[in-house]
Amino acid sequence: MNHPQPPETSNEPLAPGLRLPESERKEFSPEAIAEIHAIMAQYPDKLAATLPALYIAQREFGFVSLAAMKAVAKAIGIPEGHVFGVATFYTMYQKAPVGKYHFAVCTNISCALRGAAQLLEKVCEKTGVKPGQGPSPDGLWSVEEVECLAGCGVAPCVQVNQNVYDELVDEQKLVEVMEACKRGEYRPWAE
Amino acid sequence: MVTIRTKPDHHTYTFPGFGSEKFPNLMLRGAGDLDNWHLKTYEQKHEGYVAMKAALKMEPVAVTEEVKASGLRGRGGAGFPCGLKWSFMPKDTADRKLTRYLVCNGDEGEPGTFKDRAILEYNPHQLIEGMIIGGWAMQCAMGYVYIRGEFLWLIEKLEAALQQARDAGYLGKNIMGTGWDYDILVYRGAGAYICGEETALLNSLEGRRGEPRVKPPFPAAKGAFGQPTTVNNVETLAAVPPIMRMGGAEYAKIGSPKNSGTRIFGVSGHVKRPGIYELPMGTPMNFLVDELCGGSSTGRKIKAIIPGGSSCPMLDEKDFDVPMDFDNLKARGSMGGSGGLIVMDESVCMVQVTLRLIKFYAHESCGQCTPCREGCNWLEMILHRIEHGEGRMEDLDVIASLTPRIGLRTLCPLGDAACGPVDSALQKFRHEFEHHITHKTCYATGSRLLSKVGTH
Repeated sequence: MNHPQPPETSNEPLAPGLRLPESERKEFSPEAIAEIHAIMAQYPDKLAATLPALYIAQREFGFVSLAAMKAVAKAIGIPEGHVFGVATFYTMYQKAPVGKYHFAVCTNISCALRGAAQLLEKVCEKTGVKPGQGPSPDGLWSVEEVECLAGCGVAPCVQVNQNVYDELVDEQKLVEVMEACKRGEYRPWAE
Repeated sequence: MVTIRTKPDHHTYTFPGFGSEKFPNLMLRGAGDLDNWHLKTYEQKHEGYVAMKAALKMEPVAVTEEVKASGLRGRGGAGFPCGLKWSFMPKDTADRKLTRYLVCNGDEGEPGTFKDRAILEYNPHQLIEGMIIGGWAMQCAMGYVYIRGEFLWLIEKLEAALQQARDAGYLGKNIMGTGWDYDILVYRGAGAYICGEETALLNSLEGRRGEPRVKPPFPAAKGAFGQPTTVNNVETLAAVPPIMRMGGAEYAKIGSPKNSGTRIFGVSGHVKRPGIYELPMGTPMNFLVDELCGGSSTGRKIKAIIPGGSSCPMLDEKDFDVPMDFDNLKARGSMGGSGGLIVMDESVCMVQVTLRLIKFYAHESCGQCTPCREGCNWLEMILHRIEHGEGRMEDLDVIASLTPRIGLRTLCPLGDAACGPVDSALQKFRHEFEHHITHKTCYATGSRLLSKVGTH
């Protein structure tokens, strides 16, 4: 039988937010607060600024830490629990540090039919990190396995830091992309 | 900083005869041309904003009637008549208590679907024009375009295009002297497939978790921010300008009966020329796959096709001649869905495909309704067991008894969508599942294409 393993017991605090990695930064910059207030003014309800504000937090803090969520709640004036709920619901808010170049590899059906699994292996091998394991020691790379990126016709595809996709990625193309990252031709994470 | 793509993508967008009377080019004008997102190019080359100017001279109700006459059905998946949806909005436009919203659904997340991306990339002004016409027809105060977070460069492009439209006076206060104020805002999603469902999308737009709402009240009564709202797909709204340009009756002549117009099909998987093809509704599937896409890319026979994005039940060989429109696909036990064809050749193991798809749905289930949250996870675990040679014959009966308990028992169609591929695979390729269980090996020998799925 292949029953799922029970969760490991640990002495960590029970509140889920306290298990999240901490960020160095604790507060927004004044410019970011002004930006969030400008977004709030665009919508009939200030709650609508939660998602955009979390993107701003991700940019400022590097990832969405618990402090970032608290800062978002304070800037908009909404309950911290609401922000925590939203931030943990959506997968594009990284709750742990990522590398300067974050590779999102699609492994869904259309990409899988064209060798996404092998590509993911290659990405892990070249960058030296596994999906969800945080950035490489030099801080350059991190890898994530994602669901469909809507690049099905040009599969397999990889997205680097929410830039334009890199399509039809084979080993040679992957090396080219990584070289281009090192030369600084891609927008680094959180910019 | 606006990221403008400097080289076209690798998709195929055209084929011999595209743009002729038989295969009209209504939504993919300028596809492949990276300059086409400029307002000037759109106006000069592609009759841009002609339809909007004509529509603003008409009564709002007359615009809705025109869309009704065209027979346009929603291109997001359900195929609901667009004009009818528009007419559900409260009629009394003098009622000052109500603010009407038009929301465009650009949360393209369905595996196998990549059509909205093509429109946003090459023809964003046609979407903006469609949103202005729709906004006028329903007298909306605001339009929102909800786009998935991964499309950051398309969001920046659309925002630049919107600014061009504002500068030209097509958006803002007192548009074209009608006294009507309207603007469009872009809202960036954050990576949740469920937000493609309209009420989940509205929750997300309001800054909440993307959990579908209980219906009724339907969005036309109580939608975004508690106000009357219509949610339309990108492709549906992009189809509106051609309708206004050529007239609803003329548009209704394209395609098959009750399924009028053209549709953008995205073909992926084992074909020679995968890409985006705009075809009249009712075009036979084998014509698209064999003639336009060049047939199998591997030289092996094509075994199964998913006709409309991963949620649709798959079709096997005997149904490859199906005319692709909502009614015909439904008659063959599948769905029109979002128009994304996934083509699989003989070497593909159906157990792996089913496992990969159910893994996606188990991951994307929002967790609100127990049948979907628990059911999808159990389906994944059972299929995982079969895939890894530990399956038992009674597992197939458990799956067969589980899927009817998920479908139609949830707030939104995600549960049904998860069951579609599982049911159809089990029905059409049962021998592969049995082979996995009895022989502990894969039926589709030599397949390493999906060999790592589910093991990491």
